[in-house]
Amino acid sequence: MEVIYQYDGSFEGFLCCIFDSYLYKEIPAAIQCGEEEAFTLFASRAVASDRDHAARVLRKVSACAPEAGRLLWHGFLTCLPEKEQYLYRFVAKLLRDGPGFLRDRSDETLFPVARAVQHLLGEVHLLKGFVRFSELGGVLGGEIEPKNQVLPLLRGHFCARYHNERFFLYDRTHKEALFYAEGKAVIQPLDHFQMAQPDETEAHYRTLWKRFYDTVAIKERYNPRCRMTNMPKRYWNTMTEFQGEDYFKPRTPPADAAIPGVPTAIPALGTPPESGPSALASAP
Amino acid sequence: MDVLEKLTILTAAAKYDAACTSSGARRTAKKGAIGNTASAPAGCCHSFSSDGRCVTLLKVLLTNRCVYDCKYCVNRRSNEAERAAFTPEELADLTISFYRRNYIEGLFLSSGVFRSPDYTTELMIRTLTLLREHYRFNGYIHAKAIPGASPELIERLGFLADRLSVNIELPSENGLKSLAPDKSKRSILTPMRQIQSRNRQSREELVKYRHAPRFAPAGQSTQLIVGATADTDFHILRLSQGLYDRYQLKRVFYSAYVPVVEHALLPAKDVKPPLLREHRLYQADWLLRFYGFRAEELLDEAHPDFDTRVDPKCSWALAHLDFFPVEVNTADYEALLRVPGLGVTSAKRILSARRLGPLHTSQLSKLGVVMKRAQYFLTASGRMADGLRFTPDSLLRGLIAAEKPLLPEPDCVQLSLFDPATA
Repeated sequence: MEVIYQYDGSFEGFLCCIFDSYLYKEIPAAIQCGEEEAFTLFASRAVASDRDHAARVLRKVSACAPEAGRLLWHGFLTCLPEKEQYLYRFVAKLLRDGPGFLRDRSDETLFPVARAVQHLLGEVHLLKGFVRFSELGGVLGGEIEPKNQVLPLLRGHFCARYHNERFFLYDRTHKEALFYAEGKAVIQPLDHFQMAQPDETEAHYRTLWKRFYDTVAIKERYNPRCRMTNMPKRYWNTMTEFQGEDYFKPRTPPADAAIPGVPTAIPALGTPPESGPSALASAP
Repeated sequence: MDVLEKLTILTAAAKYDAACTSSGARRTAKKGAIGNTASAPAGCCHSFSSDGRCVTLLKVLLTNRCVYDCKYCVNRRSNEAERAAFTPEELADLTISFYRRNYIEGLFLSSGVFRSPDYTTELMIRTLTLLREHYRFNGYIHAKAIPGASPELIERLGFLADRLSVNIELPSENGLKSLAPDKSKRSILTPMRQIQSRNRQSREELVKYRHAPRFAPAGQSTQLIVGATADTDFHILRLSQGLYDRYQLKRVFYSAYVPVVEHALLPAKDVKPPLLREHRLYQADWLLRFYGFRAEELLDEAHPDFDTRVDPKCSWALAHLDFFPVEVNTADYEALLRVPGLGVTSAKRILSARRLGPLHTSQLSKLGVVMKRAQYFLTASGRMADGLRFTPDSLLRGLIAAEKPLLPEPDCVQLSLFDPATA
């Protein structure tokens, strides 16, 4: 009997789908997360997340090959359409045939996963450079618009680099944010976020950077296509050097007059914020 | 003069330096300090300027005042440009503020020769000391060793910076004599040799004592200007090869000469920078460092310059057709690397994949092989790609067409019925 698995969209939930399919000895026709529920003629099974089941699956996969455990986790963070199906087939093949096929990237089960992971890691690498922080009252804040879910992979990098700072990084695509303060980092869902206006100092450094960026180009070598190859335009939205004039103007005094709906400060770190703009209005 | 103005002048004066890398250092974060240098082994680009070059470091001069009068340089004494100088405090603050906002990976500090090489180097040391000790900056620093500075000062500079570089600029001694009369081959090579031997010594000490201070852990690099003098590609490439072999340089950068001044010994001001030539030299440079090629294989006295139509590797392959086709299932790593369209990564993937069973041409593009170029030069299980027919002539055309979309377009000129020269 064909059956569709419904899970909660988390990595743990997905691992439980794999667990259940072995438990009930059935191959799911599709694995869907709750949000994308669609009308189908197949029977569906709601898979509950179970920490122990998830850990057992991941342990088994990693025991077959540590490389495979990493691919499974990274693969789940990618924006590959129907990634659950590809990853399910990947795990099934690994458990059936052993880890030998991991050597051959052109393998038809491995290739879609490996290519998606390569795309993810490429995006992570680029974003390590392209993220721009602004200082807002002693806290650094930045925004990104990635295709893949990159925050879990950027966490280690930025937490090490700015380990004595407090910062947050908001992912507009997946509506979640990475918060870091005093050695602790969390990734929390956050529905809405609006960056506060810069103060004098912040606007000054933004201007300096913009000027540096414009000056360092050699006009005799002007080559916009090369720039776009190296730095696709979809990243430009969140980068300081491509913002309009308003971005470089400091907020007009009186600075402390809070306008309703417009956050003037960012949430106190350490305590996970509630989602929604109200969390952002509390001054530290 | 405010910092914004200084930044503008001193960036404009530093931008012709091609080196902008943050590779080679792998220092992890330290408690109480800001930053690390371990983004990625190959470095990390933070932006790309409108000329397509990577911006990874805050690349500025400490000052553009200079006592030298090198003809090719915008900062030469006789040029009537506005002069400025950062104070160490200004520059340190700028670096830290940019670094915290993730604008940059670190600082690239160069300078015009202000008063004397020693005085300039001391100023640079003061800036870097302030950054490292007061601001506890743990990120990447690339510093320029000024030719002619005393060895003690260069030694101190090396302990503060991750990478040092001494620019050769002009690839031949004649060029130096005519265009940079204040510099000599000796004054450039002496600090390079010193950096090399001190770096090696530091590595040995690190084996014995884990906390021994590191001298320029990311090694040293240099830059050659292409197109300012009449040197051939063969001469330049052999010079680079010598530098890699004998001085263990990490990188040699090539900078297409942008005419900044009218001078009888230099190309006229309306000459375009030789970008394609620079591109070919970089391609050949990669062949020297990662593909096991030697300069003498790529060029010789009879062919001293690169073919502008195809890249150096294709050019080599076309001249050595007897070496091909290479059978991907049996060839060794070195032979695979000789195939155009096949690189270090794809060659390693082939080695790994073929242990499972024989490979076919249809699999190769999934392994990362660029079949547009490689198809002419390899067989898989004894067969070439399906339906491939070519003659030596169409082979060349195919290779030119494969690279064309990747190259900058040549300027289009409006056709004229009446040639102005004959009119």
